Amino acid sequence: MTPLAVYISISGVSPLVTNLAILVLAGFVGYAVISKVPNTLHTPLMSGTNAIHGIVVLGGLVLLATGADLDTGSKIILFVALVFGAINVVGGFVVTDRMLEMFKPKKDKPKDDGDAKGGDA
Amino acid sequence: MIANSFIFGANFKAIMYIVAFSLFIYGLSGLTGPKTAVRGNRIAAVGMVIAVITTVLVNPINNVGLIVVGLLIGAIVGVPAARRVKMTAMPQMVALFNGVGGGAVALVSWAEFRDSAGFHFTPTYIVIFSVFSALVGSVSFWGSNIAFGKLQELISGKPISLGKLQLPIQAIVGLIALACATAIVAEPQDEIVMIGLLVSAGVFGVLLVLPIGGADMPVVISLLNAFTGLAAAAAGIALENQAMIVAGMIVGASGTILTQQMAIAMNRTITSVIVGGFGGGGEVVAAGATGAGGGTVRSTSAADVAIQMAFARLVVVVPGYGMAVSQAQHAVREMAKALEAKGVEVQYAIHPVAGRMPGHMNVLLAEADVPYEQLKEMDDANSDFPRTDVAIVIGANDVTNPDARNDPNSPIYGMPILNVDDSASVIVLKRSMSSGYAGIDNPLFVNPKTQMLFGDAKASVANITSELHEL
Repeated sequence: MTPLAVYISISGVSPLVTNLAILVLAGFVGYAVISKVPNTLHTPLMSGTNAIHGIVVLGGLVLLATGADLDTGSKIILFVALVFGAINVVGGFVVTDRMLEMFKPKKDKPKDDGDAKGGDA
Repeated sequence: MIANSFIFGANFKAIMYIVAFSLFIYGLSGLTGPKTAVRGNRIAAVGMVIAVITTVLVNPINNVGLIVVGLLIGAIVGVPAARRVKMTAMPQMVALFNGVGGGAVALVSWAEFRDSAGFHFTPTYIVIFSVFSALVGSVSFWGSNIAFGKLQELISGKPISLGKLQLPIQAIVGLIALACATAIVAEPQDEIVMIGLLVSAGVFGVLLVLPIGGADMPVVISLLNAFTGLAAAAAGIALENQAMIVAGMIVGASGTILTQQMAIAMNRTITSVIVGGFGGGGEVVAAGATGAGGGTVRSTSAADVAIQMAFARLVVVVPGYGMAVSQAQHAVREMAKALEAKGVEVQYAIHPVAGRMPGHMNVLLAEADVPYEQLKEMDDANSDFPRTDVAIVIGANDVTNPDARNDPNSPIYGMPILNVDDSASVIVLKRSMSSGYAGIDNPLFVNPKTQMLFGDAKASVANITSELHEL
């Protein structure tokens, strides 16, 4: 097995438990981060998290890349999954970016501090 | 050999994934303020690129053509859709992106099933998580597509329900899905069982969203978003992919909280939204309430509204879904500019569930270059209404309905609202006297302080602006 897995198994903990620990901690992080977001930014937030769950594209990637002897059916399924995942990721980030640009302080505002490259409209 | 070198090893992958999800978390925390938000989103996107490249690097590469073409098609479809979509159509766009994400998770699980001949020789826990991601992913895919159809008005936005049969049918479909799932976990099954699981979960998703009315859509989209996140996290455990676990779970957790916050803002439980309340079977409610609206409605003209506002000190704009429908946000901004030129202070009072998505109004107003500081959240706005001279309600209805405060029999009783009737005078822009999405009457319209300006919101606002310029 891989070095990391060997290390884990020496400690007597299975990968499942490690992954569950990661899962639980990520849940708390998600909770903590989101509690601070003002109502005003809820749409971009939802859209941003929506882009992040596009991480599922990795699932299609891994299975296609490691699957040396997939049958045609599985290939088609994974191909569609990959396309779906890619639409989710790419579309999600682009649309969120568009929305958030609008919330940036605009050029015509004199008190635009530092980060002034935005507002191309 | 190459497989043992650092760049292609598991440790490298693990470390790069840690970098990737740190960027997700750091990026998301940037979304807490308007100034850091754009950068935050881009940082998260960089994390995503790192995760994808790492995944490609560490795995033996088969099916290169399919991978490249698949990613390209995704980008070719996703980017123009995201760039061209109108801000008013944002809720359905998010629903659609969410749906394809859920669909991807379900398909990945299906492929795993096929690849291992029904999870032969697969550890049970992996099967459990994989089957869970198939179930939830399929619900999310079909549910989101229905939500998209409703918001895009391909399907009626009104609740569609099977009546008394709704609950039993939904329960049966749900049980079929669970039975398929249990069978697959128990022992290897024929592929037809997996397909049965995906289809029954899909039907369940359709039945889940169909009976939900337009007003409850923000909650539903947010809930489905959380579903896809949880499904992605489960798929991550099944594939032992830490980037998927972290990213999926963050979305699952944050989506759940967001859903809850929204439900609280409407004074409803998530369960009651799903079962379909006033956004749901509205007929009875509407029939009961129409009789109550017996008062007289005063209608007014654009010129009169312009005069009232021109001599006000503080004008508060209360936008709702109607503003989105008629795309009036730019016209509203022009009106505000005209008022500000006359020394009138203009603010915007935003109800947390105005529109079809949380923060929907903020996005539209930001598109029209309304300064962020002028957007007031509900509590601030409510403390300002008593010193407001004119509150102008543009296409909002239920979120201003005083019945929510006064009438214990009203279906929206207890929902926090914008107390526009505290201001000295109220102007309501409305297409006609029809009721809001909730299908209930609004006594605000017959309040002696209220004047109605009928017509398309965008045209009405434009008329007011031109009258303002002539004053």
